[in-house]
Amino acid sequence: MDFHLSKEQEMVRKMYREFAENEVKPLAEEIDEEERFPMETVEKMGKLGMMGIYFPKQYGGAGGDVLSYAMCVEELAKVCGTTAVIVSAHTSLCCAPIFEHGTEEQKMKYLPDLLSGKKVGAFGLTEPNAGTDASGQQTTAVLEGDHYVLNGSKCFITNGTVAETFVVFAMTDPKAGNHGISAFIVEKSFPGFSVGKHEKKMGIRGSSTCDLIFEDCIVPKENLLGKEGQGFKIAMQTLDGGRIGIAAQALGLGEGAVNEAVKYTQERIQFKKRLSQFQNTQFQLADMHTRMQAAQYLVYAAAVKKQNHEPYGMDSAMAKLFAAEAANDVTRKAVQLFGGYGYTREYPVERMMRDAKITEIYEGTSEVQRMVISRALGVK
Amino acid sequence: MKIIVCVKQVPDTSGKVAVNPDGTLNRASMATITNPDDLNAVEAALTLKEQTGAEVVVVSMGPPPAEGMLREVMARGVDRAVLVSGREFGGSDTYATSQILAAAINKIGVEKEDIVMCGRQAIDGDTAQVGPQIAEKLGLPQVSYAADIKKDGDTLTIKRMLEDGYMTIKVKTPCLVTCIKELNEPRYMSVNGIFECYSKPYEVFDYNTLKDDPLIDPSTIGLKGSPTNIFKSFTPPQKGVGMMLEGADKATCEKLAGILAAKHLI
Amino acid sequence: MSTYNSAAIEEFNGGVWVFCEQRQGKMMPTSFELISEGRKLADELGSKLYGILLGHNIEGIAKELGGYGADGVYVCDHPLLENYTTDGYTKVICDVIHEYKPEVMLIGATNIGRDLGPRCAARLHTGLCADCTHLDIDVPKYKEFLRSASTLAPAMIDSIPEDDRNLKMTRPAFGGHLMATIICPRFRPAMATVRPGVMKKNAFDQAKADACEIIKPNFSLTEADMETQVTEVVKAAKKLVDLIGADVVVSVGRGISKDVEGGIKLAEELAEVLGGVVGASRAVVDSGWMSADHQVGQTGKTVHPKIYVALGISGAIQHKAGMQDSECIIAVNKNENAPIFEIADYGICGDLFKVAPMLIEAIKAAKAAK
Repeated sequence: MDFHLSKEQEMVRKMYREFAENEVKPLAEEIDEEERFPMETVEKMGKLGMMGIYFPKQYGGAGGDVLSYAMCVEELAKVCGTTAVIVSAHTSLCCAPIFEHGTEEQKMKYLPDLLSGKKVGAFGLTEPNAGTDASGQQTTAVLEGDHYVLNGSKCFITNGTVAETFVVFAMTDPKAGNHGISAFIVEKSFPGFSVGKHEKKMGIRGSSTCDLIFEDCIVPKENLLGKEGQGFKIAMQTLDGGRIGIAAQALGLGEGAVNEAVKYTQERIQFKKRLSQFQNTQFQLADMHTRMQAAQYLVYAAAVKKQNHEPYGMDSAMAKLFAAEAANDVTRKAVQLFGGYGYTREYPVERMMRDAKITEIYEGTSEVQRMVISRALGVK
Repeated sequence: MKIIVCVKQVPDTSGKVAVNPDGTLNRASMATITNPDDLNAVEAALTLKEQTGAEVVVVSMGPPPAEGMLREVMARGVDRAVLVSGREFGGSDTYATSQILAAAINKIGVEKEDIVMCGRQAIDGDTAQVGPQIAEKLGLPQVSYAADIKKDGDTLTIKRMLEDGYMTIKVKTPCLVTCIKELNEPRYMSVNGIFECYSKPYEVFDYNTLKDDPLIDPSTIGLKGSPTNIFKSFTPPQKGVGMMLEGADKATCEKLAGILAAKHLI
Repeated sequence: MSTYNSAAIEEFNGGVWVFCEQRQGKMMPTSFELISEGRKLADELGSKLYGILLGHNIEGIAKELGGYGADGVYVCDHPLLENYTTDGYTKVICDVIHEYKPEVMLIGATNIGRDLGPRCAARLHTGLCADCTHLDIDVPKYKEFLRSASTLAPAMIDSIPEDDRNLKMTRPAFGGHLMATIICPRFRPAMATVRPGVMKKNAFDQAKADACEIIKPNFSLTEADMETQVTEVVKAAKKLVDLIGADVVVSVGRGISKDVEGGIKLAEELAEVLGGVVGASRAVVDSGWMSADHQVGQTGKTVHPKIYVALGISGAIQHKAGMQDSECIIAVNKNENAPIFEIADYGICGDLFKVAPMLIEAIKAAKAAK
């Protein structure tokens, strides 16, 4: 097993770090406080190829690889969980299914604007009554001549208020269960489509999360993604890949908290000693770093497997499960090391702790990941 | 049209500087970066490339590992790179360095509409000498401290900064311009650029590549060809560690004010 | 041109020269500093000291240089020299040097001097040392300098042979962490650019000024020599802060980031009670919070005030290079490991936004009590 990054991967990581430090970190506190989507950052990332990292150049992608994408989300999350999830949801949940399941016409029509960041993408699967149980889709799609008519609503849609292109799931054959679900590419401008209320959240507050509403929404027939009835499979495959992004986000949040804690404990004096001189601090930091390092190996391994077209569903589930739980534990410990200051908004660790919680929930809760992993083990 | 940009790999002196016991710099223990002013020169060249379609070539003198830096510069959008590297070039002062770089630039070729660009100075030596000396060796007019560059046909109009204002200077190509940080904001490498940079043209010029240029002569390059020599190098005495005052409250400030008053500093 | 410097260096007996920079007919202060320093070197060499002054209608300001120690001034007056151009100045200076063969040439390390010096040195095929902060000819004096300014072992210093007559040009490298003394043994003139504000100015002597010889050397300069054209010279409208001459400098660093305006205001208040001016670290200038004329450090200005207060400045070596010779350094920083404390005479580990207001009050009180 090769644990070395290529020259390009080393270089791209350096570039993400510089970008995160200079462009993302200075905005992190503000966008959290104001619940503001950082569109200016998305424009900059688009120009630098960060909105289409691992897609081929022929569709306007940057020609990179999946690990380079995971590292991007990781480096962004070290300083801002919000910016990280914007890239992750856009890339994994919208660009990826169009690239992997779209026709050549669909790819040529939608990918160039998405991959260059001119348009933001989103993914509509979750419904008020279909969360972890995604098969309970109540949104319907009825074929009428040259178009489908969609009715229903989606909720908790990341990037929802700013996205212009959506991959949306709806029942084309309600009697067929999972096999009756189909996927569609929906443009914001389609008649009958609207965006609902913005959710106020505990963390990743700068990211946009909202409802999507379909009221006799007209979707051209050629916007069916894959074949009728393949929607559930497409959704599950998409989520397998998406988990790499969320695992990378959790990884970055935990690593960012370790960085902050290492810095702070060497500055803070109590009992005439630096906090870092106490063995408790040293052991805590050692454990925190070790957990994040272990998470990094899991995340990178899943990314490399996806890149190599090997089965990676179990790997991405393990990476997300472990990284999310590690991030929650580590960010909580970081706040504890900071003490009272850590609980204030003067320091970033409380934000990291709030941001980390969602990684145990979205794109499959930790419980779902355990289901995926145990099934892959053949446990029934 | 072509823009040749000189860049240098330098130790990152923004953190702690490691010094060997003998007083020389412990380069091995320090991270290296692309000299900051040189990135402003690269950015200026890339901006002109966007306006004119010019080819941008970077040239650097340094050891073989400087390739990494040159690839990074190509990841920002530069078209090709030349590394000037050879034992014969080692120990060069600014004069000898300018002879060698001028020979390399001659080899790349300076034509009527071309521009040579440099950063104002490198953060390791801070001399600001190599740019003007290259210009002299190439017989090109120079404008240093450029804070704004406009190109109109074969004429550049440059805002050249002074300590107390600026001059506006017109110069015709070919010419050499040295750039300061006020000129622009260097762009980042792009993901696309990074995944392309190892397939862009990269050449190494060694002594044999350049030896036919009249500028390359054992008496004008390397340690022996350098007009200046180091007579002594030394580290200045570390100022004795001062007094850390206890606390950071009113009493601390009053104590400090008392000391300053007693020393007649206030 | 390269044949020029194949001559034996003994033939260069034209004395010590100082390029005396003027802008719009007004002498730059560094010209007086360098004449003063040049006097010392000429005395050590037992030779004469000359200024070389270029411009148009500038003869009237030449004799003042005598008042600081110049034996004479080469005045090169020409309409094409009215504004500084690299081409015009280099041509004239190199022509005159060819004729009069100075041993040493000093140039102020201003934005103009740092453009002119290397171009001339390259044309003359001689060595140039940039941004010098100390100059010697006599080895005993150099040894004395090393004893106070270096960590070299005494035996090492004693072993330096005393017969070296080269100009020993000492300059900081790597932000002052290393110092290097450079010589130019095989070519003349030995050239140095010297940091403005470093060399001490002599007291002005009117009698010497009156006695100063004015020499008008022959040179040729035509439009054909001019490859660059100055279309305007603009003085910064705003009064620039005089950091170099200030007795007290209160500088702010990245530590003000959470309240930039408030931090600068505190520094201004502190500077006011101490009778000084406000400086800034590179981070502050790069962030656009203060203009570049406030910058102290390697790429900014070198200051040695009586009191230097560093508020929220970590003390990167580039910054230290510009202020470490201050008489009394006071540092306030939240991070007790900040490198600034390594050179501070008095350090307070605390938040500048809390400490500075208290310090302002305490100093006001102490001044009132005097």
